[in-house]
Amino acid sequence: MSGILVIAEHEGGVFKKTAAELIGKAAALAGSLGVEVSAAVLGDAPAAELGAFGATKVYQVAGDFSSYDTGMVVSGLDAALKASGASTVLAAASFLGKDAVPRLVARTNGGQASECTDLVATDGSVVGHRPQYAGKVMAEVAISRSPAFFTVRPNSFGQPAATGGTAEVVAVNAELSPSGLTLVERKTPETEAVDLTEAERIVSGGRSLKSQENFDSVIRPLAEAFGATAGASRAAVDAGYAPHGDQVGQTGKTVNPQLYVAMGISGAIQHLAGMRTSKVIVAVNTDADAPIFEHATYGLVADLFEVAPKLQAAIESLD
Amino acid sequence: MKIGVCVKVVPDTDTRIKIGGDGASIEENGIKWIVSPYDAFAVEEGVQTKEAQSGEVVLFSVGPKAWQTQLRAGGLAVGADKAVIVDDPAMGGADGLGVAKALSAAAKAEGVEVLFAGKQAIDDDNVQVPAMIAELLNWPLVSFVSDLNIDGQSFTATRNVGGGTQEVVTGSLPAVFTADRGLNSPRYAKLPAIMKAKKKPVDVKALADIGLSDADVAAAVQVKSLSLPVERAAGRMLEGDVDAMVNELARLLREEAKVI
Repeated sequence: MSGILVIAEHEGGVFKKTAAELIGKAAALAGSLGVEVSAAVLGDAPAAELGAFGATKVYQVAGDFSSYDTGMVVSGLDAALKASGASTVLAAASFLGKDAVPRLVARTNGGQASECTDLVATDGSVVGHRPQYAGKVMAEVAISRSPAFFTVRPNSFGQPAATGGTAEVVAVNAELSPSGLTLVERKTPETEAVDLTEAERIVSGGRSLKSQENFDSVIRPLAEAFGATAGASRAAVDAGYAPHGDQVGQTGKTVNPQLYVAMGISGAIQHLAGMRTSKVIVAVNTDADAPIFEHATYGLVADLFEVAPKLQAAIESLD
Repeated sequence: MKIGVCVKVVPDTDTRIKIGGDGASIEENGIKWIVSPYDAFAVEEGVQTKEAQSGEVVLFSVGPKAWQTQLRAGGLAVGADKAVIVDDPAMGGADGLGVAKALSAAAKAEGVEVLFAGKQAIDDDNVQVPAMIAELLNWPLVSFVSDLNIDGQSFTATRNVGGGTQEVVTGSLPAVFTADRGLNSPRYAKLPAIMKAKKKPVDVKALADIGLSDADVAAAVQVKSLSLPVERAAGRMLEGDVDAMVNELARLLREEAKVI
């Protein structure tokens, strides 16, 4: 196989954490495969810096990419890919990775393994390990046609150490084709809470909360005491206790926190699928037979309305 | 307006997945099959668009013709008019791009002017096919839509671009929209509609019927093996009254688990 190209995303010239993470991983894979690592960068960013993590060349596409446009991104990346001659492409499973990368796969008649959590060099090519059914199953996926695209869930590999090298920057002139959409407004969330998918701690509430008022007065303050983001089960969301964006599970968000506190959640299979990789799980439920207890690190058979204020006070009293 | 909706039939979310004898696919015995939940949002949006604009809603699916049971219950009974199922042995091991080629060819053959799909199917969670269809049709793509207003040929859509950030974009049809949670609340089928749905047409097509050969859909992606995640060891049930349990929990979280 020829080289590995990493799509290095940046925001306003500051590379996202995934850029170094993926280049570091690509360098490790390239070492065992005996190939080179390059990166693709769209627009103005300090491309040569990516050499610090193991990219030897960076294909930088000139143009205004300050607001995201699928058509511009796909045509820019297509030009960078052609210039690099790479047969394997790594990208983050970000919005770009979900919106633009599949279009690029179709344009190049390649293959794609999405949302990988591990990449392994096997028999001279890269094999992706990825969750399916929201993590109920892990699949080992090979791609037999070039270019082979792997999108990777952020934080799968951690940040590599910078070695201080500088990459050769190759300017790519591409014919950029806008998608025809016009951006009229961009709304960023006002809350300071970390997004569920990136949260280190999550406190979730279920159907037992019985109302939105209870959810807001019991779960949210408890989450705040833990420095956690509030989440909810599908039952709680369907009942209107919490907004759609708070839903954890197979048809909501897949989360991976250090601490997951499940308050009044029974543990339906589809909920477990979304939070099973949490490092520590605390379950509070009045039903001692609730399936959530089979997965909990610490279980409390108790009424969440009694536990929540006391737990909140106990956490707040810690220094 | 001819409105297309891509639909996949998947195991119900309450399914406990078992791995099949080949080690690379799931055991399908005993599974309850449903229209993938995000596709249900797409169906509802298609039907609402028809109600606002007039026209016809056509469902497109790649799979066994037996899926018509779910397509009738979760599509034709809630307002879609017709279904097209591409059922061909060559699609057996197809990857996302192969499925996208079949769906886009089928949609083109029907003269579809707008296409809806769920943001992802909840079985393989690939998040690939709708974007690939947009590319193959050379149409604009609006991913992860949580609000949509179509007025004649123009639309205004709100898309979720990650981290809670939303973008409002405008454009004109044709386009592919992928439905995110929050776009609408899918309606339930009423009994007369369920009866009526039994008579609505379901066309089963082979690849040759939509102008594709086996080679066109040859898979680049192969699932080599499946494995079940390692189950975590059983945890500890705390005992005593609520005060004792809460104090013990706070201590364990700090001293044993070291997460607070």
